[in-house]
Amino acid sequence: MTPLHYYLLLSALLFSIGLAGALTRRNAILVLIGIELMLNAANLNFIAFWRFSPNPEALHGVMFVIFAIAVAAAEAAVGLALTIAIYRHYRTTNLDQVDSMKG
Amino acid sequence: MNSLVEYLWLIPTLPLLAAGLSALMKRPSRAASASLAIGSMVLAFFLSCAAFVKTLADPAARFTHNFDWFVLGETTFRLGWVLDPLTAAMLVMITFVGALIFIFSVGYMAHDDNFTRFFCFLSLFAAAMLGLVIANNLLLLFMCWELVGLASYLLIGFWYHKPSAAAAAKKAFITTRIGDVFFFLGILWLSAETGTLLFYDGGNGCLEQSALAKLVVQSTWIGMGVSTAIALLIFCGAIGKSGQVPLHVWLPDAMEGPTPVSALIHAATMVAAGVFLVARVYPLMEAVPAPNSQFSILNSQSALVSPLPQEREKAATPAEVSKPVDPAPAKTEGGADAETNRTVKAATNVLPLPGGEGRGEGERNAHGSTALQAVTWIGAITALFAALIAVAQTDIKRILAYSTVSQLGFMFIGLGTGGVAVGIFHLLTHAFFKALLFLGSGSVIHGCHEEQDIRRMGGLRKLMPVTFATYAIGMLALAGFPLLFSGFWSKDEILHAAWLWQPSKWPFLMGLTGAFLTAFYMTRQMWYVFFGTHRSAGVPARSDHQTPAASEEHHDHASSHVSAGGDAHTPHESPPVMTVPLGILAACAIFLSIFGTPVWPWFHSYLSGHAVHFTPSIELGTALVMFVSAVIALGGIWLGWTFYSRRGPKTAEEADPLETIQPSAFGWLRGKFYIDELYENSVIAWNAACARASRWLDDVVWDGVVRTVSLIALAISWVNRLIDEFIVNLGFDKGCGGFRSGARLLSLWQNGQVQRYLRVIGLALVLLGVIFIWGCK
Repeated sequence: MTPLHYYLLLSALLFSIGLAGALTRRNAILVLIGIELMLNAANLNFIAFWRFSPNPEALHGVMFVIFAIAVAAAEAAVGLALTIAIYRHYRTTNLDQVDSMKG
Repeated sequence: MNSLVEYLWLIPTLPLLAAGLSALMKRPSRAASASLAIGSMVLAFFLSCAAFVKTLADPAARFTHNFDWFVLGETTFRLGWVLDPLTAAMLVMITFVGALIFIFSVGYMAHDDNFTRFFCFLSLFAAAMLGLVIANNLLLLFMCWELVGLASYLLIGFWYHKPSAAAAAKKAFITTRIGDVFFFLGILWLSAETGTLLFYDGGNGCLEQSALAKLVVQSTWIGMGVSTAIALLIFCGAIGKSGQVPLHVWLPDAMEGPTPVSALIHAATMVAAGVFLVARVYPLMEAVPAPNSQFSILNSQSALVSPLPQEREKAATPAEVSKPVDPAPAKTEGGADAETNRTVKAATNVLPLPGGEGRGEGERNAHGSTALQAVTWIGAITALFAALIAVAQTDIKRILAYSTVSQLGFMFIGLGTGGVAVGIFHLLTHAFFKALLFLGSGSVIHGCHEEQDIRRMGGLRKLMPVTFATYAIGMLALAGFPLLFSGFWSKDEILHAAWLWQPSKWPFLMGLTGAFLTAFYMTRQMWYVFFGTHRSAGVPARSDHQTPAASEEHHDHASSHVSAGGDAHTPHESPPVMTVPLGILAACAIFLSIFGTPVWPWFHSYLSGHAVHFTPSIELGTALVMFVSAVIALGGIWLGWTFYSRRGPKTAEEADPLETIQPSAFGWLRGKFYIDELYENSVIAWNAACARASRWLDDVVWDGVVRTVSLIALAISWVNRLIDEFIVNLGFDKGCGGFRSGARLLSLWQNGQVQRYLRVIGLALVLLGVIFIWGCK
């Protein structure tokens, strides 16, 4: 069986790619994709830790991840809806220009 | 019979109503206001006569009618009327003389624009005077007393457009007020000591035995009895009102008023109010504290003219002097009710006069009380002093005014030495003949077209026969012409009483001198006015009146008072409306004498309340004094007559013969002993200096203090503003600025760049991870 740290490394890679995408992309949709990547990295971690836990028979990890995916789906829907709303309002999805919530 | 006294208030109310109605009338309704005033006076006269008849029936009784005025806490203020011979005699005199003077005024004031106002004031005066007489309460008496003063003020200043009249009115008001302050103090003290101001209240009044007994045993801090002190304070009021030295200065100036006013107020009634007051509070005046704290109340009515010396000495023993009347049996049922039940609104008492059984026995302290001694001395000084001044005056009314002052002095001598009856008898006779003289002088002034200077008259007996005849009667009565005229008898009684006065013979001598001077100056005046040649014919016009010799006299004429037709320089007789009252008064001046002769002293018996005795024989002492006073009066008249008929001036500018003999002394007399100037330079100057000092104090000191305080306040507020603006506000503003810039800096954090937020979060996460890992090592 593949050792745990491979999973963890993959997960960290995924998270880093997601974070880099979320921080560097100017397009709101790409930022959303980055966030989704980070979420999946976290889910991968959950699964990995569950699989290597003392009693993998209990389905805690799978249940947790399914919930997280469900929430992530809802979050993606809300995020896309927000993006569309922002686009309708500002006629752009460039996040640098959407800065009206500042002091 | 008691019902009469309950309606006694009607007597003053009638003129009061007339005054009120006249006040509402329009100016042209002359006849209505005059007839209202005269009608009310005549009605009051009839009522007074009814009261008089009632007291005639039983002179010993004193009827009182008291009622609650108002209740203040525990104290009930009670007012009341009193009807006794003193009241009744005064009522009849005032209403009778008053009615005649009212009638005279119709003629005298016929040409005055303010005719209705004049009668309004006259009625007000009569109402106040009558109220004063019937009052059974010292406070009520004081109220009427002040009302009388007010009416006097209004009437003296009736021609207020004359500056001299306005000044005289003020002078009269203020001068009498000085006495009134002391009078009021006396009232307050009496009220505080006895708890009541009712004169007679069924044994509880302030003039009755129980109250006086309490008063005489106390003494003030200077050792004077409280009763004496109160009596002296009350006498101060009488001094002011009756024009006694040193407050006599207002009375001659009061002659600026219309002549009927002078007659009514300043001769017959108001100035007599002081005499009446002393007579009313006589029990208080003569209360003498015995040396061993036993009191002895002297009997006012028993102090008669002719007590034999041995009787008086017998009376001086304590057993006879103090005969207090037990008040309990004296009370009638009505009186008892009033005492036991305070809610009874009114109670009518019939009381016997105090000391009824001891009456007529001549029980009288040989020395008199301190208060009565003061009364006597003031009276004596005034009698002589004013008579001296009257000798040198040239204004017809001023001579009469000083004569009034002098006669009032005589009345006080009579009260002080002889008792109520002596003083009041002279008051009554004097009221008639002095009213007669004043009205006569009014007739002369009217006839001579407002001329008041006797030097410009003369020879009027042919031009004004009725006035001359009546004036001569008045003059003889005033001078004390023997046997026929009332003034002789009343003055003779005073002199007789003064002769018998133990402490000193000086009042007798001063009175005698005063009587002599009275006869002299009245003769002088008669000669000037009615005899000799008419002296004003040579004077071309009225503008010439202010000759240097006459410039000190007042010659202001009422501009509104235009003489009635005729030749401007020929005096004329006055109309019947003026001469008829003169005739009636002249008759009274003669016939009143029959009531007070030593042979038949009816008036004294009436006032003192015992039966009159007809004694055909006259005691030696009485006869002697009578003879002396007759000689004195005749001597004065003879001297004046011979002196002036021989050496009297022929023209108005010629100096008085007395002046040529003794210029300096005459100047002093003409200048009225310069009392006015003395007051001007002492009291008034002092007062003015005080006023100036007060003003300086106010302007400089108090105002300075106020200004300093306000400056300090200004300075403080200025500093306050500086602190506020440059310290408090500055710090605050700076703080606010700091906050604002800080907030601006902080607000840079939130720039809306979501990705920057995220970056920070990521970095922070990394940092946290590093710290965590490093911490776990």
